[in-house]
Amino acid sequence: MHMHKFEKAWLIFGIGSLLVFLTVLGVSAFYLGNQPPSCLATIDPEKVDTTVPFNEPGLKKVEGKDWDYELVYVASAFSYSPAEVEVPYGAKVKIIATTKDVVHGFEVAGSNINMMLEPGYISEHVTTFDKTGEYLIVCNEYCGVGHHMMSSKIKVVE
Amino acid sequence: MFNPSAKLKVDPRDAKLAMAHFFVAFTALAIGGLAGLLQTLVRSGKFELPAGIGYYQILTVHGVVLGLVLTTFFIMGFQLAATSKTSGTFTNKQRITGWIGFWLMTAGTVLAAVMILLNEATVLYTFYAPLQAHALYYIGLTLVIVGSWIDGAAIIMKYAEWRRKNPGQPSPLLTFMSLVNTMMWIVATIGVASTVLFQLLPWSLGFVETVNIGVSRTLFWYFGHPLVYFWLLPAYMAWYVVIPKVIGGKIFSDSLARLSFILFLLFSIPVGFHHQLMEPGIDPAWKFLQVILTFLVVIPSLMTAFSLFATFENFGRSKGATGLFGWVKKLPWGDARFVVPFIGMVAFIPAGAGGIVNASHQMNQVVHNTIWVTGHFHLTVATSVVLTFFGVSYWLIPHLTGRTLTKAMNKLGIIQAVIWSIGMTFMSGAMHAVGLLGAPRRSSYSEYGGAPQAAEWIPYQVAQAIGGSILFIGIILMIYIFINLAFFAPKGEQEFPVGEAADEAEKAPMVFENWKLWLGITVVLILFAYTIPFIDLIQNAPPGAKGYKLW
Repeated sequence: MHMHKFEKAWLIFGIGSLLVFLTVLGVSAFYLGNQPPSCLATIDPEKVDTTVPFNEPGLKKVEGKDWDYELVYVASAFSYSPAEVEVPYGAKVKIIATTKDVVHGFEVAGSNINMMLEPGYISEHVTTFDKTGEYLIVCNEYCGVGHHMMSSKIKVVE
Repeated sequence: MFNPSAKLKVDPRDAKLAMAHFFVAFTALAIGGLAGLLQTLVRSGKFELPAGIGYYQILTVHGVVLGLVLTTFFIMGFQLAATSKTSGTFTNKQRITGWIGFWLMTAGTVLAAVMILLNEATVLYTFYAPLQAHALYYIGLTLVIVGSWIDGAAIIMKYAEWRRKNPGQPSPLLTFMSLVNTMMWIVATIGVASTVLFQLLPWSLGFVETVNIGVSRTLFWYFGHPLVYFWLLPAYMAWYVVIPKVIGGKIFSDSLARLSFILFLLFSIPVGFHHQLMEPGIDPAWKFLQVILTFLVVIPSLMTAFSLFATFENFGRSKGATGLFGWVKKLPWGDARFVVPFIGMVAFIPAGAGGIVNASHQMNQVVHNTIWVTGHFHLTVATSVVLTFFGVSYWLIPHLTGRTLTKAMNKLGIIQAVIWSIGMTFMSGAMHAVGLLGAPRRSSYSEYGGAPQAAEWIPYQVAQAIGGSILFIGIILMIYIFINLAFFAPKGEQEFPVGEAADEAEKAPMVFENWKLWLGITVVLILFAYTIPFIDLIQNAPPGAKGYKLW
C-alpha cells in the first residue's frame, strides 16, 4: 500500500495541527484548570430539601474558601429555587446545584456557565461575575411539558 | 479490482428486499419532515399546534422517525443492494434473514410510533430517564435495533461466503465498507440495547423501582456517537466508490479507502463522554481521554477529503484541464447523481468545523444543549448525509425498479438540492448564531417571563421557520421524485455505478480483512476508555431515580 507524497504532506500537516490543538486543550484543562463541571459528589434525590446546603437555596457569604460566595440552586419540574438572586459585581461565586426529580439543565445564557443536573448528583461551577446586568438562567435539557417555562434570574449589581 | 461475482444488475429478489426498506425510509421522511416544519413554526411564536398536540410529542416524532427510522432503513437497504451488486445475489437463506430483519424493524417502528401518537412516550429518542415512557415504546425501539442486527447478519453471511469462495482475495470494496459499518453498528448498539433491556424495560414494567441515571446515560451515549458515524459511513461509501464512476474517473486508492474505514471502526465508539462533558459523576481526566479519541477521526476524515478531491482533479486533468483549479469546470455539473452529493460534501466542511468546537473539552461549555448543536447536526446528517442519500436514490431506486432517471427528474433533483441548501442556510445558520447567544435546544416557544435576552432570540427563530418552510418544499419535491422513480418513470436500465481503483494493479493488503485483529483493537480501545469510569459510576452510585411522567 503506497501513499501519494501530497497525501503524506497533507496528513503530516493535518495530524501536526491536531496535536497542537489537543495540546492547547490539555494545557488549558490540566495546567490552567479549565475543566468542564465534573463534580463527583452524590446526594439522595428524595432528601434534597433536608440535605445541607440544599435546605437553604440562595446566595451565602463564606469565609476561608477560594470563593467569596456560594450560590445554591434546587431544580425541580419546572422551576429553580431561588427564582431570582442578586450577586455583587466582581464576586467570586461557587454555584452548587442539584435536581429533585428528572434531569434538568442549568445554563446562564450568554455566559460559559452550563451544566447538567442529574438526580442523585451535585453539579458545581466556580465563576466570577465581572459584568453587571441581568442574566437569564434556562433549563436546556428536556424535562417535560413545562421545560420551556423553566427559568431563573441573576442580577449582577454594583 | 477483478471481481467475478460482481453483477451487472442487482437480482430482482434482492431488489425487492432493498426497495421494502426504501418505502419505509421515505414514508419516514414525509412524516418526520412535517413534524420538523411544525416545530419551526411553533418556535417562531406565530403558530400553535391544533387539537392539543404537544410540541414535545412532535419533537419525539421528528427525532425517532428521522434519526432512527429514515436513516437505519435507508442505510440497510443501500448496504444490502451494494453487497448484492458487488458480491453476488443473496442465497435464499441470506435473503430470508434480511426479510426477517426488515419485518422486525418495521414492527418495532409501528409499535414505537403508536406509543408516541398516544402520548405515552414523549421522552425524545434519547430516552432521558428518569422520564419514563410506556414499556411498549422501549420494546418497539428494541425491535428496531434487533431487526437491524438480523438485517446486518445477511450482509455478514454474504461476506463470509464470498471470502470462502475467493480465498486470499480482498473482498469487493462496497461489500467491505458495508461490512465495516454493520460491525460498527452492532458493537455500538450493544450499549443502547443494554440500557433498554436491563434498566429501562424492567423499570417501566415495574419490576424495579429505580434506575441508575449515570449508567443509563453512559450506555446511551456509548451508542449515541457511533450512531452518527453509522449515518456518515454509507455517505462515504457513495463518495469513495460511486461518485468516481458517476463522473467518469477512478477511485484514488482502494487500500486507503479501506484504511480510512478501519480507522472509523476503531475511533467511532470509545468517545461517548464528549456528549457528557457537562455531566457530574465522571472524572474530567476520563472525559479528556475520550476527547482525544474523538479527535482521532480527524485523520480518516482528512484522508477522505484528500481522496475525493484527488479523484476530481485527476479526472479534470485527464480531460485536459489546466491551471490550479481548471479541473473544477470539467466536472459534470448537470448530473444530479454528482451534484447533489457534492453539495453534501461541501456542507461537511462547516459541519466538521462545528463538530470540532462541540467536542472540545472546554468550548463545549459555550454551546452544550444550545440550539447551536441542532444547527450542527442539521448540517452533518440532515445535509451532508441526507443529500448524499438523495443523490444515491436517483440511480439506485430506478436501478432496483427497472426504470430510468429521466432528464426532467434529474433536473428536479438538482433543484431539490438547491432548495435544500437555501433552506438549510437559513435554518442551520440561524440556529448556530442564536445558539451562541444561549438559546436552548429541544424547547418550545417561550418568552421566559419577558427576559430581554430571550427577546433577542425571537428574530432568529423566525428565520428558522422560514428555513424550515423552504426545507419542507424540498421534502415534498423529494417524495415526488421518489414516487416517480418507484412507480412511474419509464422502464429501462439505470446503471449502478461502481468505481474502479486508479491503483488497480495494487492489491489491497489482506490485513484489512483480519477481523480478529480489528475487532480486537476496537474492544481493547472501548475497555480502555470505559472500564474504570464505568465501574466508578456503579460503585459510587447515588440512590436510584424513580420514574416520572411529566408530559
